[in-house]
Amino acid sequence: MEKIIELKHISKSFDGEKVLDNINLDIYDNEFLTLLGPSGCGKTTTLRMIGGFVQPDEGDVIFMGEKINNVPPHKRNVNTVFQKYALFPHLNVFENVAFPLRERKVPKAEINEKVNEMLQLVKLPQLATRRINELSGGQQQRVAIARALIAHPKVLLLDEPLGALDLKLRKDMQQELKKIQKATGITFIFVTHDQEEALTMSDTVVVMSEGRIQQIGSPTDVYNEPKNAFVADFIGESNILDGVFLEDRLVRFSGQTFKCVDTGFASGEKVDVVVRPEDVDIVPQEKGQLKGVVTSVTFMGVHYEVIVDIGGFKWMIQTTDFVNTGETIGLSIDPDAIHIMKKSEYSGLYGDYSSFSNELDQLDAPMEQKPEAEE
Amino acid sequence: MTIAKNESRRTRRGWSDLVLAPYSFWSALFIVVPLAFVAYYAFTDNNFQFTTENITRFFTTVNERDGVTTYTYLLIFWRSLKLALISTVICLLLGYPTAYIMANAGDRAQKIMLTLIMIPMWMNFLIRTYAWMTILQDKGILNGFLTSLGLEKIHIIGTESAVIIGMVYDYLPYMVLPIYSVMAKMDVKLLEAARDLGCGSFSVFKRVIFPLSLPGVTNGITMVLIPSISTFYISQKLGSGKFFLIGDAIEGQYVANNLHFAAAMAFILMVVLLIFMELLKCFTAHLYGGGQK
Repeated sequence: MEKIIELKHISKSFDGEKVLDNINLDIYDNEFLTLLGPSGCGKTTTLRMIGGFVQPDEGDVIFMGEKINNVPPHKRNVNTVFQKYALFPHLNVFENVAFPLRERKVPKAEINEKVNEMLQLVKLPQLATRRINELSGGQQQRVAIARALIAHPKVLLLDEPLGALDLKLRKDMQQELKKIQKATGITFIFVTHDQEEALTMSDTVVVMSEGRIQQIGSPTDVYNEPKNAFVADFIGESNILDGVFLEDRLVRFSGQTFKCVDTGFASGEKVDVVVRPEDVDIVPQEKGQLKGVVTSVTFMGVHYEVIVDIGGFKWMIQTTDFVNTGETIGLSIDPDAIHIMKKSEYSGLYGDYSSFSNELDQLDAPMEQKPEAEE
Repeated sequence: MTIAKNESRRTRRGWSDLVLAPYSFWSALFIVVPLAFVAYYAFTDNNFQFTTENITRFFTTVNERDGVTTYTYLLIFWRSLKLALISTVICLLLGYPTAYIMANAGDRAQKIMLTLIMIPMWMNFLIRTYAWMTILQDKGILNGFLTSLGLEKIHIIGTESAVIIGMVYDYLPYMVLPIYSVMAKMDVKLLEAARDLGCGSFSVFKRVIFPLSLPGVTNGITMVLIPSISTFYISQKLGSGKFFLIGDAIEGQYVANNLHFAAAMAFILMVVLLIFMELLKCFTAHLYGGGQK
């Protein structure tokens, strides 16, 4: 695969605050890459830098082998789907989509043909003459995608494009975007704070926090082999425990020694141990490697979310077996369910469910909708 | 449940009617009633009998001097329209860039510029007009300035140019403010989108900023054209009474107690302006709608 964009040692500050700190990233042709992270992690700034709206303080943006730090947006072979679509209200659907072609003085007949083709692709052919303010959010979204794709950019940038849609529509659009990406063969760079969205759509996920890249990998990589406590916590649910690596394939945490599949740490090294909630089996207490008291049970539809107190540390377990609050249960963990990470600055910040509550999670949710601080 | 819902909607509707009532009353009393009176006076004679004579008088009165026949009031009307259009165009040419610069300036600069534009509006417009008289007089400030530079004096007071200068000065803020308010509210993301889609600076202006600012331009034109077409004081003072405008004619007839003819002229002016505004609206709607449908 061919490298299409390289970000080399990029740093950027706004008003003395560092928003990007030594970013290094290679983006390959025909790839669906997602920049994933919480608000303020620098993902949107990274995107805007590729689009040409932000210049790096340090480092280089390389596009197909050429440095493009100071190339203005209109001269980059890159188009953007903006967060709130930014469709032109004075133009109808057809003219919005035709906009980049008219700029290039494409002959009329060709414009007609291409726009209709593009509207077909995003499934809006019947709405060509509609005004923008007569469209639903989902329809506007499709127009924005059609407009950004019609000039066949090498790279399409998508800035949280699905954030304003409701859940059902968002799921449909995720599938559709993926299909469009496959059909057009254009490299997609997608920004989101929604880890599920990132996992379902991407070929490559780039997890960011505080202006730094935490991990780059395939969705299964970042989920199964998180590099540090931040990644483990941000992607999916994780129980993260302090542990000591004893020897290859043997680790000690929660007062017990466990078989694992990890190698390559020093014996006696302090490590972070990740156990995903769905990988823990509930067994009768006498058969368990660990035992603890159930402190809460929440019905989630497909499974129950059970919080278990084991020696003061609260674990989250997802299970289809029913247990009662106050019951003492045993837990069993397979060796391949245990993932070991090096200690990092994020150690100890995440992975304990003592303060966990679904209600709090929901109260927090709207905060995530807030657009990221810009420039 | 459904009934209760309908009920509450109806009460809400009743409330909004009630809240709007003072405004409706106010509009009726001070807008609709006076307009009705103007129309009534325009189509009646001194005994309040129906007549179209006032209207025909406007179109047919002629003036014969040195063997040349001219239509008195049509000529006056044409002159008013001409001066008003010229002033409006100049206001637009000066006002649009000003509004653009203001809208793109920093917060502080915007506030300062806005204040500078508003300050003259705080002064009485009679005083502003007198000030221009002293500036433009043959022995006024402007000529004093030119003389001190060793340049020749110019005679400008009592010319159409002087009247236009006065109108532009008085009405420029009414052009700048509506355009500025549209531009200041413009979504920056739209401009970014245009750049992203291949537009250079000029193209961004031509294809996005300008069409989106048209509603402001239409408002500005309306707010400058209407007062400048019906002005009378500026022409009397800066035109030295040589340029009789439609406003002057209406005022003259009114002062002479020819209320019916004055009303007829006002009525005709109103109709012409309404037609003009409607044309302007269609034109901008066409532009705003943007090219191919």
